[in-house]
Amino acid sequence: MSTQIAPPEGTDRKELDRVVIRFAGDSGDGMQLTGDRFTSVSAVFGNDLATMPDYPAEIRAPAGTLAGVSAFQIHFADFDILTPGDQPSVLVAMNPAALKANLKDLIPGGLLIVNTDAFDNNNLEKVGYTENPLTDGSLAGFQVYEIPMTTMTVESVKDTGVNKKEAERSKNMFALGVISWMYSRPLEPTIAWLEKKFAKKPHLAQANVAALKAGHAFGETAELSAFEIKPATLAPGTYRRITGNQALAYGLIAASVQSKLPLFLASYPITPASDILHELSRHKNFGVRTVQAEDEIAAAGMMVGAAFAGHLAITTTSGPGLDLKSESIGLAVSLELPMVIVDVQRGGPSTGLPTKTEQSDLLHAMYGRHGEAPLPIVAAYSPTSCFWAGIEACRIALKYMTPVILLTDGYLANSAEPWRVPSVDKLPDISIPFASQPNAGEDFWPYLRDETTLARPWAIPGTPGLEHRVGGLEKADGTGNISYDPDNHHLMTQLRAAKIKAIEEEVEPLEFDADEDAKVIILGWGGTYGAIGAAVRRLRNRGKPIARAHLKHLNPFPKNTGDVLRRFDKVVIPEINTGQLSRLIRAEFLIDTIGINKVRALPFRAGDLEQELLKIMES
Amino acid sequence: MTESGNDLNGTRGITEAGGGVGTLTRDDFASDQEVRWCPGCGDYAILAAIQGVMPDLGIPPEKTVFVSGIGCSSRFPYYMNTYGVHGIHGRAPAIATGIASARPDLTVWVVTGDGDGLSIGGNHLIHALRRNVNLKILLFNNQIYGLTKGQYSPTSEEGKVTKSTPFGSVDHPFNPISLALGAEASFVARTLDVDRKHLTSVVRRAAAHRGSSFIEIYQNCNIFNDGAFIALTGKEGRSTNRIYLEHGKPIRFGPDASKGVRITPDGRAEIVAVGEAGDANLLVHDEHRDDPSLAFALSRLADGPTGPTPLGIFRAVDRPAYGDGMEHQLRSAADQQGPGDLSRLLNSGDVWTVN
Repeated sequence: MSTQIAPPEGTDRKELDRVVIRFAGDSGDGMQLTGDRFTSVSAVFGNDLATMPDYPAEIRAPAGTLAGVSAFQIHFADFDILTPGDQPSVLVAMNPAALKANLKDLIPGGLLIVNTDAFDNNNLEKVGYTENPLTDGSLAGFQVYEIPMTTMTVESVKDTGVNKKEAERSKNMFALGVISWMYSRPLEPTIAWLEKKFAKKPHLAQANVAALKAGHAFGETAELSAFEIKPATLAPGTYRRITGNQALAYGLIAASVQSKLPLFLASYPITPASDILHELSRHKNFGVRTVQAEDEIAAAGMMVGAAFAGHLAITTTSGPGLDLKSESIGLAVSLELPMVIVDVQRGGPSTGLPTKTEQSDLLHAMYGRHGEAPLPIVAAYSPTSCFWAGIEACRIALKYMTPVILLTDGYLANSAEPWRVPSVDKLPDISIPFASQPNAGEDFWPYLRDETTLARPWAIPGTPGLEHRVGGLEKADGTGNISYDPDNHHLMTQLRAAKIKAIEEEVEPLEFDADEDAKVIILGWGGTYGAIGAAVRRLRNRGKPIARAHLKHLNPFPKNTGDVLRRFDKVVIPEINTGQLSRLIRAEFLIDTIGINKVRALPFRAGDLEQELLKIMES
Repeated sequence: MTESGNDLNGTRGITEAGGGVGTLTRDDFASDQEVRWCPGCGDYAILAAIQGVMPDLGIPPEKTVFVSGIGCSSRFPYYMNTYGVHGIHGRAPAIATGIASARPDLTVWVVTGDGDGLSIGGNHLIHALRRNVNLKILLFNNQIYGLTKGQYSPTSEEGKVTKSTPFGSVDHPFNPISLALGAEASFVARTLDVDRKHLTSVVRRAAAHRGSSFIEIYQNCNIFNDGAFIALTGKEGRSTNRIYLEHGKPIRFGPDASKGVRITPDGRAEIVAVGEAGDANLLVHDEHRDDPSLAFALSRLADGPTGPTPLGIFRAVDRPAYGDGMEHQLRSAADQQGPGDLSRLLNSGDVWTVN
């Protein structure tokens, strides 16, 4: 199914190693779709890339307002890149609101492409422009292409039989055509995609294709600057583009296959986690059961029930949902049944910033239950790593008979990057046996533990002779009978903690990458992986020796974590929170840390991190 | 021993017991745990009735799961020698939904109370009923919070004086049967802890029903709300106030069946003297009526169990059970698309090769 596409021939094109483009318009302008199509074509073309959608929580905020601006950023390059880019070098602004909301991010001298048709008095007033920025000289520091996109789109589609509204709605394809010409992207894959999408409405397919071609032709005729970004040198293999949420859904299906257990997902819709539910709902031929529960609590309860019944039980949510699930997760800790709770972190507290990203649920995952209720925490660190994280969380859950919290975030969830598709036969076997025989004479004791892992046996309903009851009341170790004995409670509290702690024996050691003479180590976790990597690259280009490490297991930490950190004079921890990992590291290892903490509900910019790190290194 | 081999349910490696289920006795379903309800509690009678009826249902202990929440009634699973989960407050229907939809081969019972099922867990209860999850839900209604020592519950009558309502409750109570019918439950019944024969017959019917069965069991709390059902259990009330619903028969009750129920022109159910109204004008009870409005009208006959009160099966209709519908989708997806192929899935979409 591979496709080879050559860039358009015959144009004198300037070669670039990387470009960051941001498409911005009204929520109804189709900017996410435009970005997605551009991404797809760039991926198949062979560039390395990273994307970041940025859309409002409102589905359709009033047209033309700042609240309704929807944007999509793509960073693509001829080398391996790590982030969606700090600042766009190209901004496509479909209306004044999009310009006003995004211009501050455009690099000085950057390329600005505007749809002049949308710059009427009404739209200008809506966002508080008293003068038209296209004429008042305020854009002098940028290279501006003023294109009457709506007019030209309407003209280009007039023979396709679409009405005025449909005609105007095709302007995103016109914009895509312009950008495709400028950056040597082929049109054919998008034409094929449009024809499939609008197979039942051929006049819409025709109109969109006409607009796309018109935009491309305009770029060529108007002799807009043209660039070429060669394919990146990636490791050999089969690649596809994937978002974090999709990779996670695939990881969970893979975990189901590799554990030989049916997958059971109970979830309540919540941004930015819902796409995992959507994706898993499509794969019923894998035996995947999905339930859209009546609420977050029910979803967690159903997960517990499905785990008791012998399924690979999952629930997916975001911050507010994790609050609601806490009591059920505590029950799961007490029942010692395997299940995975996925928290796609978003800006908080409360409803917070539903469509934005944050790393502020780490301590919630760690401690957010009453009583002492420890559980393992795994964190994905890049969109594609969500696949690994899904399998790893399930593996730990099954092996140690415990609920596991898997943390991703809104950035990882929605961002896309090329993914070298793993070979299925290299995936680990994570299956465990069900209990099938009495384990205490003629009796079955549900809390008789494995000596090494301290895991209890998993006897599923339907197994004759192993009938047993489990519950949230404290139980006697071994028999599992209700016990109010003080010493037993002390023992069980210790056993539950020891079981989780014991996982450190087998989680992969913390890898670190240090320059000779490095005095400072940057320790990260989760979705800051790319930005930290880019900042480290910049520091090294400046000749600054530095070390870095990234945690994928947050509880327990890899066994060598303390040893690694003690090799350096300074431990710097950048987090999109006020210092949650810092607290854990200090508490666990008595090692002081220096936090870089920005809670803008946006990913770190590599440039900002670089500056902060420089300050710390020189202080 | 036979291999059940149901991959779809994930029961790999599980072997079924040989010998059938015909030889089961009450003892096969009673656990070795000491029963710890207050002496005189209505729960004992219910436990005895359930343990007594289980061997007749033809379902072995290992295929039976009891799920509960929190409250006096929720200790129930510990006393059954089946699989069981004692969950958290109010969430038993959710936990049970997970079990029943993962494993349509199991018979799943939910034991809950008026506080657990109608207050903290009200949302899960109505949604389980709406979905028609294959659950047998036993709601022990004693109109009081027992385990927390005597606060009013969502079925306590208005004006109820309790520890938390020293001046009387100003809450309006739920009618659990009306609530279940409003959620379009496919099986809705009411019975009494002290009427072993009736309780057993209703439970037997509920067990045979595919989908959600909801049984409200009036259960006396002799410590905090003694005599709440005296109008139905007392010497006089027993014969005058129990309206036993029987499918296909005109609804009559009281001494010499002298009273009956008829439907008024505006759709209400009302109690009439049979002699005056005429036998032919009485409502003939039809459990299987698809429309729940007549059953609902019957549920409104008694606002609380203080006068003539219907007992029995209000509604028993066929509707696809949730887990069955889910399993059907899985089977048809596998038939149409072939069984899941992980490599094909991972390599789907726009794929390119780097050499």
